[in-house]
Amino acid sequence: MRVTCVVNGETREADDVWPGESLLFVLRERLGLPGAKNACEQGECGSCTVYLDGQPVCACLVAAGQAQGRTVTTVEGLAPGSGEEQLDRVQRAFLATGAVQCGFCTPGLIVAVHDLLARDPAPSDPDIREALAGNLCRCTGYEKIMEAVRLAATS
Amino acid sequence: MTVSTVAPATVEGGVGTSARRPDGILKVAGEFAYSSDLWADEMLWGATVRSPHPSAEIRAIDITAAVALPGVYAVLTAADVPGARHYGLEVVDQPVLAIDEVRYEGEPVAIVAADHPETARRAAARITVEYAVRAPVTDPEDALSRGDLVRHVPVRRFASAGGTALTADVVVTGTYEVGMQDQAFLGPESGLAVPAEDGGIDLFVATQWLHVDQKQVAACLGLPAEKVRLSLAGVGGAFGAREDLSMQVHASLLALHTGKPVKMVYGREESFFGHVHRHPARLSYEHGATRDGKLLYVKARIVLDGGAYTSSTPAVVANAATLGVGPYDVPTVVVEAYGVYTNNPPCGAMRGFGAVQACFAYESQMDKLAAEVGLDPVELRRRNAMTTGSVMPTGQLVHGPAPVADLLALVRDRPLPPAATGDPRERPGGVANTTRGEGVVRGVGYAIGIKNVCFSEGFDDFATARVRLSVVGGEPAVLVHTAAAEVGQGLVTVQAQIARTELGVTKVTVATADTSVGSAGSSSASRQTYMTGGAVRAACQAVKATVLARVGRAGELALVDGKVVASDGAVVASLVDLLGNDVVEETVEWRHKPTRPLDPVTGQGDAHVQYAFAAHRAVVDVDTELGLVRVVEIATAQDVGKAVNPQAVVGQIQGGTAQGLGLAVMEEVQVVDGVIRNPSFTDYLIPTILDMPPMAVDVLEMGDPDAPYGLRGVGEPPTISSTPAVVAAIRAATGRPLTRVPVRPEHIAL
Ligand code: FES
Ligand code: FES
Repeated sequence: MRVTCVVNGETREADDVWPGESLLFVLRERLGLPGAKNACEQGECGSCTVYLDGQPVCACLVAAGQAQGRTVTTVEGLAPGSGEEQLDRVQRAFLATGAVQCGFCTPGLIVAVHDLLARDPAPSDPDIREALAGNLCRCTGYEKIMEAVRLAATS
Repeated sequence: MTVSTVAPATVEGGVGTSARRPDGILKVAGEFAYSSDLWADEMLWGATVRSPHPSAEIRAIDITAAVALPGVYAVLTAADVPGARHYGLEVVDQPVLAIDEVRYEGEPVAIVAADHPETARRAAARITVEYAVRAPVTDPEDALSRGDLVRHVPVRRFASAGGTALTADVVVTGTYEVGMQDQAFLGPESGLAVPAEDGGIDLFVATQWLHVDQKQVAACLGLPAEKVRLSLAGVGGAFGAREDLSMQVHASLLALHTGKPVKMVYGREESFFGHVHRHPARLSYEHGATRDGKLLYVKARIVLDGGAYTSSTPAVVANAATLGVGPYDVPTVVVEAYGVYTNNPPCGAMRGFGAVQACFAYESQMDKLAAEVGLDPVELRRRNAMTTGSVMPTGQLVHGPAPVADLLALVRDRPLPPAATGDPRERPGGVANTTRGEGVVRGVGYAIGIKNVCFSEGFDDFATARVRLSVVGGEPAVLVHTAAAEVGQGLVTVQAQIARTELGVTKVTVATADTSVGSAGSSSASRQTYMTGGAVRAACQAVKATVLARVGRAGELALVDGKVVASDGAVVASLVDLLGNDVVEETVEWRHKPTRPLDPVTGQGDAHVQYAFAAHRAVVDVDTELGLVRVVEIATAQDVGKAVNPQAVVGQIQGGTAQGLGLAVMEEVQVVDGVIRNPSFTDYLIPTILDMPPMAVDVLEMGDPDAPYGLRGVGEPPTISSTPAVVAAIRAATGRPLTRVPVRPEHIAL
């Protein structure tokens, strides 16, 4: 089947999509956008988090066909340009605080934090933990991710 | 940070600064190419058929239906392996694809390449394997009595010659168990194999040691090493799980067979079968002490389940044995450590490597002893703490700083966290806790551990670095090239920092790690900053010597800010003028001081390079009625010798501490009759941001005179003692004995 959707502001088409493919697979393997990650492909880790019509979703749980005609924003679409100054404040905060180690959790977390701060510009620590409970990170122990969110909220 | 005994001048972005990761922007932008992100024209997808049985004979394999499926390009079994049909890190015993039998659940039997991952999976499902199922050996004690021994390491050291009787006024005994932990890196096993025109293969993979992969892959493909070229693709965490091969040979076989690039990406379930785990262990200890708590002897028996193949079990057993009494002065030690073969999943390297299991047991014993002699647990440990000049149970003298007592004091003296506020989210179990917190009790626990850094027992451990200095765009620029695996720890950052400090040049690029430069050894054993860092420093110094020789008076000159500067600060020349169009390049192979094998009977010998220490204090709230635990805070103190990148050091300590917390209260690969019951992130739980508390960190910098910049390996120590500290805190809250990790609600509330 053919899937057409708006991804990071551009209309994109994917042909010969097998109906069992996920939005994550289409983004990563058909549209050349591997930013959303594939740590579990079972809805448990949040590494594949993208916006679908403005709502954060696990792209691994969305069937490709469900994205037909809708708007998708991935981590690649958050920064208006390349280079450090052009990065979103959440991306800059992750860099500044050392919240990135292997970085495999990072794209999903950045989308999740971007969404959190859009809803709640000044979240308390328990609010941050609650909002990010679906995003696993194996490297950092989350302390520097907490720092990154606090920094992004104030920048 | 406290005193540093080795203080290199601070250079912007150099050693001792929290320089930014060179791969950071790509990682936050979603543009960093991990091993599962690779793509090539005409690429095929690989899939693996795995054994559903922990032990069986293979009677027949029928691939006809799979081959007949449209879109399938190759179906291969053991008979299609052109070279060696087995591989292994030290002992070559693991089949590339099963030959006549399978010895663990998940063992690869056949592989498929197809034009779509789903086609490959369907083809794999159409392969029929006829098994004659055998009863698996799953109990390590049974395996031991059958003689299925991987390695026995005894360590015997006696206070006085001939004084072999183990007697003391106070004796405490205990038997402890550690469950099987998974590394659970987030980036699944994956990579891309591209057939090359010379009949060789270009392999892009996530691994911990490119050259050890190259050696094994080349042997299995029947190719010379130079035709098997590996490049490091982006690595989504490692923690030991990428030391052994996973898809490397399989993807290469399929690529050579089909003449097309082949990508393999494990799903999460397959990943639980695709790598080794932390050895489950059973440990029996007897501690003898005086009434005032001075240790007289420790006797221990440790049995580690190595699973179906050897992997790194021999070295894990040696660590458990040699580090088995902890960072304490113990006059008499009798340790017997065994690793055995079973039909359980193969076990090998995971962060902490044998030291984790032992630490849970000896620290539990130290608490028991403290209670027995009526001492505070920290005070008992301080009375027995080893120090510089102490002698290990192996007879090895501890040369460098060993600030065991200081680390314990640091965590003890930190202010305790405030009482819970009453926010239901702060209760054990969070909002899922249906009580009002009536049964919640707070507890505090302590632990300290010891870890060896670098490879031990006489292993020829080295790292290679190539450093090139030239003028690029009118500026001096340095290119650092090694084969060392950046797995998330920040090694690329550290390499650039060292080059800046040594060569006084700001513009430093770290090339992608590959096998076109010599081996760097593994990103394991907390060794890479020490080893590859040491090699990069040595190569920079060689470059510097060549450059300064051009000016003469080499001894009196330094490189600062792109200039050659005399000892009085006068600028002698700029690097741009001095170099012109020349390129100065040096490659250095660097070694740490040699170690020695252990005596096979007494376990005596200077087997280790360096010792590292971390201490933890855990504060927990336990709902004693529901059996739920919330870790409120963990404080860590660790001596890192020299914090080459302070921010990254703290990140390592926090991340390592989190993995130890996971082992304490939630993480276990549940294996029943050789079958894994929970191969998913739904059922194998790793700590989420709700499970992790604030983590306070004290970093000591007591330079080790033998190590580059005085540094001490950082990655593993924090994983080792956080587990027993958390369990000690739960014991303090509940009074339960808690002899097994992970602690489960029924251990507390029933
Ligand atoms: S990959 Fe989608 S939740 Fe893990
Ligand atoms: S940085 Fe590696 S998983 Fe989060």
